Amino acid sequence: MSAEPICGADIVIKALVDQGVDVVFGYPGGAVLPIYDSLFKQNSLRHILVRQEGGAVHAAEGYARSTGRVGVVLVTSGPGATNAVTGLTDALMDSVPVVCLTGQVPTHLIGNDAFQEADTTGITRPCTKHNYLVKDVNELARILHEAFYVAKSGRPGPVVVDLPKDVLFALGSYAGPEQGTHKTYRPQLEADPARVAEAAALIATAKRPLFYGGGGIVNSGPEACARFTELVRLVDAPCTLTLMGLGAFPASDPHFLGMVGMHGLYESNMAMHDCDLMIAVGSRFDDRVTGRLNAFSPGSKKIHIDIDPSSLNKNVRVDVPLLGDCGTVLAALIAALKEPLRRPDGAARQSWWRQVDAWRGRDCLRYDRSRSDLIKPQYAIERLYALTRDRDPFITTEVGQHQMWAAQFFKFERPYHWMTSGGLGTMGYGLPAAMGVQVGHPDALVIDIAGEASILMNIQEMSTIAQYRLPVKAFILNNQYMGMVRQWQELLHGGRYSESYTAALPDFVKLAEAFGAKGMRVERPAELDDAIRAMIDAPGAVVLDVAVDEMENCFPMIPSGAAHNEMLLGPRDEAARPVSEEGMVLV
Amino acid sequence: MSDTERHTIAVLVDNEPGILARVVGLFSGRGYNIESLTVAEVDRINNLSRITVVTSGTRMIIEQIKAQLSRLVPVHKVHDLTDEGPYVEREMALIKVVGKGEARDECLRLADVFRARVVDSTTESFVFEMTGSAEKLNAFITLMEPLGLAEVSRTGAVAIARGAGSF
Ligand SMILES: Cc1cc2nc3c(=O)[nH]c(=O)nc-3n(C[C@H](O)[C@H](O)[C@H](O)COP(=O)(O)OP(=O)(O)OC[C@H]3O[C@@H](n4cnc5c(N)ncnc54)[C@H](O)[C@@H]3O)c2cc1C
Ligand SMILES: Cc1ncc(C[n+]2csc(CCOP(=O)(O)OP(=O)(O)O)c2C)c(N)n1
Ligand SMILES: [Mg+2]
Repeated sequence: MSAEPICGADIVIKALVDQGVDVVFGYPGGAVLPIYDSLFKQNSLRHILVRQEGGAVHAAEGYARSTGRVGVVLVTSGPGATNAVTGLTDALMDSVPVVCLTGQVPTHLIGNDAFQEADTTGITRPCTKHNYLVKDVNELARILHEAFYVAKSGRPGPVVVDLPKDVLFALGSYAGPEQGTHKTYRPQLEADPARVAEAAALIATAKRPLFYGGGGIVNSGPEACARFTELVRLVDAPCTLTLMGLGAFPASDPHFLGMVGMHGLYESNMAMHDCDLMIAVGSRFDDRVTGRLNAFSPGSKKIHIDIDPSSLNKNVRVDVPLLGDCGTVLAALIAALKEPLRRPDGAARQSWWRQVDAWRGRDCLRYDRSRSDLIKPQYAIERLYALTRDRDPFITTEVGQHQMWAAQFFKFERPYHWMTSGGLGTMGYGLPAAMGVQVGHPDALVIDIAGEASILMNIQEMSTIAQYRLPVKAFILNNQYMGMVRQWQELLHGGRYSESYTAALPDFVKLAEAFGAKGMRVERPAELDDAIRAMIDAPGAVVLDVAVDEMENCFPMIPSGAAHNEMLLGPRDEAARPVSEEGMVLV
Repeated sequence: MSDTERHTIAVLVDNEPGILARVVGLFSGRGYNIESLTVAEVDRINNLSRITVVTSGTRMIIEQIKAQLSRLVPVHKVHDLTDEGPYVEREMALIKVVGKGEARDECLRLADVFRARVVDSTTESFVFEMTGSAEKLNAFITLMEPLGLAEVSRTGAVAIARGAGSF
């Protein structure tokens, strides 16, 4: 307890500082003016002024996911809060720890349709992990510390704290974060040892095991990723990752098959279909991964490690659910497998690897490299990877075909370097997320692999990037189409490209210059390498507009309603196999 | 669906603003059924409320409902009474019947059989108070229909495990 009572706004700042927060992404307004005044009077917290509140939440997400810390957002009441809703939903779907402080009209006006009033706790209840409306200044410090605890413990997620303006002015007592947990919320970290033993026994006897790792390993932290890597190597089984899991296992390791799922690799999906034991770690059997449920990995037993009880047995029945934290449970599992040391059945494992290598031999990411006049989007990412890999870059993406190509062609050796909107699929995520990553890693190379349509959804953040001299690079795969939409229109709607062509795109070079950044455009494969080098060598922000093949589609693809072994590997498969009626209604 | 099960679930929660909206929102947002839902504070000192919810779904859905409830931050405990052993489930109803003559006598006779109490009467109406299982209440209400049933108010089920154990 501090001896002197201080005002609510000062309590907010003090609590943030005591939580170790060093940066807040925000935008001011009437209801949060007292907090902005307190910010003005101190030096420990940095504030990044975004250009739209949605950008603030994505920036906080990028910051959080690239540092393993909680991202913090500060917005005003009403429109400030409603603008944050998409970002909050995005953070909820992708389990990103964010604390979002929203201003609110004074308590006595709540419910009166006051100026800039919105029922923020009501609106954000389904899109946050938890939320609070603070009505008493003496509760404020406790609630703020609790908010951080809730955001980062268990399955991480966004937490909103709604702050009526009178509470920010009122004098109250401050308490430090010592008691900052929650009365009862204690996620289970250690799995039932009997279940761990059961899992170890299944692993020891499996003939065709497969690891299916997800974002939960990244959530659990770098140590959990190291344990996961150790276990995969110990078991000597192939390993696939979800879109959210990329980086949890080194892509260069020969056990790695590549991404799984709708646009995952042929070998990953075939292995998932044919394995006899699936070891799911921090992955949630999303529909983008499972394809048609009744044809999903029909012959396998399934082990599933997850910290959220509602992820277990949600879409797919598993044989051994292990409720707990990835890192903790993986350590227990490794110990169980080493004592007594159990070696896999050599002959069976050899023939499994032979099968896997045969699938790899299909070279499913093959694309037409014969054109010297046209940049293939896959080629652009391959070159970007080749020319930046030694710089240990942080990659964010927007949403669409470019996102999938990035996932397929960029290789990640370590966690925290890949930031993408998976669950919600929010166009406009990548640029502000890159901004947040850059704030967290001022000297790093941070690249937003973008589509020309998506990046326009939060292009205003170029102005923030300029203000703080953030050297963010936007690498736009410009196909002039909402390529992902066009691809689905080909698959489902007879190639009628309804509204998926953008007729009046801006000149991205001039646009970059208008925001004080460097703008470049390339149209031919021969110019690409130099342009990429110029981009990474430029000290400041760059927009590199890469004109790519407008009609290229993203393969492999498991069309909606299809099974893993019904993948489309290229345009010819696409023409030959129309989507089923049940598949048509799926998204 | 044939494999649909009906479950009575007791949820102990912090009695804080918005908790009911959180629970109800979870059911509506995820498309789960609510057959009935009751809530009231049960522990003043610790500020706890108890929600009794009767729901139905396949086994997988029921398990998912319990998991979803237990991950809500202000939820302390989730107990599936249907799964956990014998329990008592009761509901109360207030039933207004309006009529004159013979029907009135018949009402009273049936009320006696069902142990419904008269809590209000005028020359042309009765209000019965009745406690019991949902089926018993349904049976009585159905019998009242031809006898001048005018209005029904029901609490929804509350339930508690039998025996000495508690949670
Ligand atoms: C256009 C588009 C296409 C897509 N195509 C694909 C695709 O082809 N393949 C693909 O994989 N995805 C794809 N996605 C992404 C997909 O929608 C899902 O977001 C993704 O599959 C989910 O990843 P995940 O299973 O790793 O779960 P996440 O969303 O990362 O969830 C993490 C899981 O781990 C658990 N967890 C969290 N912390 C811990 C901890 N400490 N310990 C234990 N468990 C923990 C959580 O409870 C949760 O169940 C696509 C998205 C878009 C927008
Ligand atoms: C906010 C939002 N609106 C709509 C969509 C649906 N959508 C998914 S991908 C896509 C097209 C993206 O186009 P672009 O950014 O150019 O990427 P491309 O697929 O061409 O690489 C659209 C409209 C979405 N994901 N997010
Ligand atoms: Mg495009």
